[in-house]
Amino acid sequence: METPGTPCLTVTTDKPNVKFFGVGNAGIVMLDAANTPEFAGAAFVAVNTDAASLATCGATVKFHLENKLLRGLGSSGDAERGKALAEEQFSNLKDACEGANVVCILAGLGGGAGSGIAPVLARAAREAGALVLAFVTLPFDCEGNHREQQAQQSLEHLKVSADGVICLPSQKVFRIIGEDTGVLETFSVTSGLILEGLRGVWQLLTRPGLIQVHFSDLCHLIRDRHVENAFAFVEATGAGRSREVVEKILAHPLLDEGRALAESGAVLVSLTAGKTLTMAEVNRVMSEMKRQCGQAQIIMGAAIDAALGEKLCVTIIAAKQSHLPKLEETSRTATARGGVSLTATNQAELSPSRPTRPRRAGAKLVQSQLPLSIVSKGRFDKSEPTLHQGEDLDVPTFLRRGVVMN
Amino acid sequence: MFDDSNIVVGLEIGTSKICAVVGEQNADGQVNIIGLGQALSSGVRKGEICDPEKVELELRTAIAEAEQMADVEIRSVYLGVTGNHVRGFNNRGSHVIVSADREISDDDVNDVVKNAKAINLSAENTHIHSIRQNFIVDNQAGVTNPVGLLGARLQVDMHVIHGNANRLQNAIRLVRATQLEVPEIVFNGIASSLALLTAEQKELGALVIDIGGGTTEYVVFSDGVIRHSGVFAVGGDHVSNDLAYGLKVSLTSAEKLKRDYGSAFVKEDAKDQVLELKGNHGLAVKTLNLEHLQRIMHERLKEIFEIISQDLEKNGLSGYLRAGVFLTGGTSRIPGIDRLAERVFQMNVTHGHAATLGGITSALDQPEFATAIGLVKYGSLKNRQRPTQSMFGFKGMVTRLLQRS
Repeated sequence: METPGTPCLTVTTDKPNVKFFGVGNAGIVMLDAANTPEFAGAAFVAVNTDAASLATCGATVKFHLENKLLRGLGSSGDAERGKALAEEQFSNLKDACEGANVVCILAGLGGGAGSGIAPVLARAAREAGALVLAFVTLPFDCEGNHREQQAQQSLEHLKVSADGVICLPSQKVFRIIGEDTGVLETFSVTSGLILEGLRGVWQLLTRPGLIQVHFSDLCHLIRDRHVENAFAFVEATGAGRSREVVEKILAHPLLDEGRALAESGAVLVSLTAGKTLTMAEVNRVMSEMKRQCGQAQIIMGAAIDAALGEKLCVTIIAAKQSHLPKLEETSRTATARGGVSLTATNQAELSPSRPTRPRRAGAKLVQSQLPLSIVSKGRFDKSEPTLHQGEDLDVPTFLRRGVVMN
Repeated sequence: MFDDSNIVVGLEIGTSKICAVVGEQNADGQVNIIGLGQALSSGVRKGEICDPEKVELELRTAIAEAEQMADVEIRSVYLGVTGNHVRGFNNRGSHVIVSADREISDDDVNDVVKNAKAINLSAENTHIHSIRQNFIVDNQAGVTNPVGLLGARLQVDMHVIHGNANRLQNAIRLVRATQLEVPEIVFNGIASSLALLTAEQKELGALVIDIGGGTTEYVVFSDGVIRHSGVFAVGGDHVSNDLAYGLKVSLTSAEKLKRDYGSAFVKEDAKDQVLELKGNHGLAVKTLNLEHLQRIMHERLKEIFEIISQDLEKNGLSGYLRAGVFLTGGTSRIPGIDRLAERVFQMNVTHGHAATLGGITSALDQPEFATAIGLVKYGSLKNRQRPTQSMFGFKGMVTRLLQRS
């Protein structure tokens, strides 16, 4: 979908240097999925304790964390071992991150390598001066308590050590898949979702924008928030595409049917479409987002990609309102960074008159359409159509069957 | 003074009318219908509530009328639900018998039923009924009670009916707002078939089609259990709407024309016959062709039956309907509709009669009331079942009913 050859004149000057790290088996699978021309320009690094999975990986740089004690068995599902190994190689990891503006860590939490190494790697990358984004999946409920606990623990660590964590609890995927979806398909759905989040961030950073999102905007949005982010990627085509994407966003399972937006402190919205993207469409999507997000801080970007044709893609990354940060976090933020970031809480104080929940039930402005269709559905005009094998049963039968009345 | 625990009320919020039927259950569990209340419905489209305020008002009227006629106070109702979002499908559960002697125990039966119930519905859907069908022991089908049999593998089919949770909740909330309890919601198609079919007909295999104002429900029974169910949002309203469009008259006149001149076939003597539509002042305002009227109705009704027929064909059920097809619902009053159905289904078609309860006079034995009467029956079966607390829910009750009658 991306044409890498297109000169991006507007962004070359501040195009950030991005490195993707795939950690653990699941992370490497996601990294391989991302290793396409679409993400040309980024560096791909694979980190794992398991030699076999590293061998099949197509990344340019490979890190094999191993010592004699493991006897080539990998981290055997123990996060502590993974962590110990990563600490041992901390300086090497830090070197690998050197020179990058943004480090994206892809990992499946729950196992030994992903849960153990990812937080350490995030710390190393931050020390190297990069903005760290982690894209992680949490295990399915059926994978057992141990993995669940390990994943949660690792997630807590990641929240502290990375700037932003975009987290996909695999269990949520059940809302998307059907009863007959295969296991392989399900896993490709999860890694596909992570990839969509990645793509959203990537497009934001590299595409020539109608309304440019600067790298600094992204930093401002996520740096030092240390919170979990929800994300969604939707697309639509056709005349009503801007309305359709809004509907899809509000129904998106990963955003808890839009509730995640209402609870978020900051939201990043990125629109990408073909050359036909109109300002009115951007406006329509954004005004609806503003309504849904209530008091959240909104950062928006709009970009053109001729290859998309009639499609309109919207990526949303919503950072949860950072509720009372933990002690260690606050101290760390205050001492290490010293930066002032407008957090959601003091923003709420600035506008006390705003309702805490957005006006959901309020009168929605719906653009009416001229009733140009010649066949009237009479009293069923305004009701949900009864569709049966592609036929609208509300339209009189004799019309559909072409019975001639003379 | 008056113990009303033996009062069972069925409430149907339909597209054309809201109807409450009151039944009184005696000590043996037999039910007599003692009251009926109804009100014209104007806040429902295609079986789903679209104007809650209107519906609430009409609901109160219907309940008040039923209370007055039966001389009881109604506290809880069994609520009928329908709509285009309701779907039914079969799910098979399987369980391996692990005990050394390979004898199937009660626990095995519970396990297999639990397995069959474990289905993955999407988040917005909720299940309405899980109805057990027959057991299969080592590929031997049609086992009604496997406890005590020997076998290596026990399987069971479950018919699951589910619908959109929010929409179902809308109807329940509305009824609860009128200070009525809703112990259970029941799919309208199941209620109608309970009212119409005898145990023998269920055993032989029967198809019940309830064509209401906004929706058409159909349920297939065979070997005494529910095999298949379905609903689509086409009903009498569509017939009227087609007429209003095709004859270019108002909806109210179309409704009246349907009642006065409607037919499922184009009658021989209707050819070139002309009707005069009279205005309020008694003067003719429009002339209509009777043949066109009947042709439009014929096409619509034929399509309804064809959709059902295709669905049965697809599920391989048409061979099982030895007791034939039973029609009910307000739209089944259209003259000649049974002959039309006979032509489409190629089998015996009759108008169903709610003959399975006591106290049903000719005033009550109308196709419009079948669903509400069926709801009372469902409620009475639940009541009767309560002391024994069957584990199989509704299906347990159906089998018990079969054994009894």
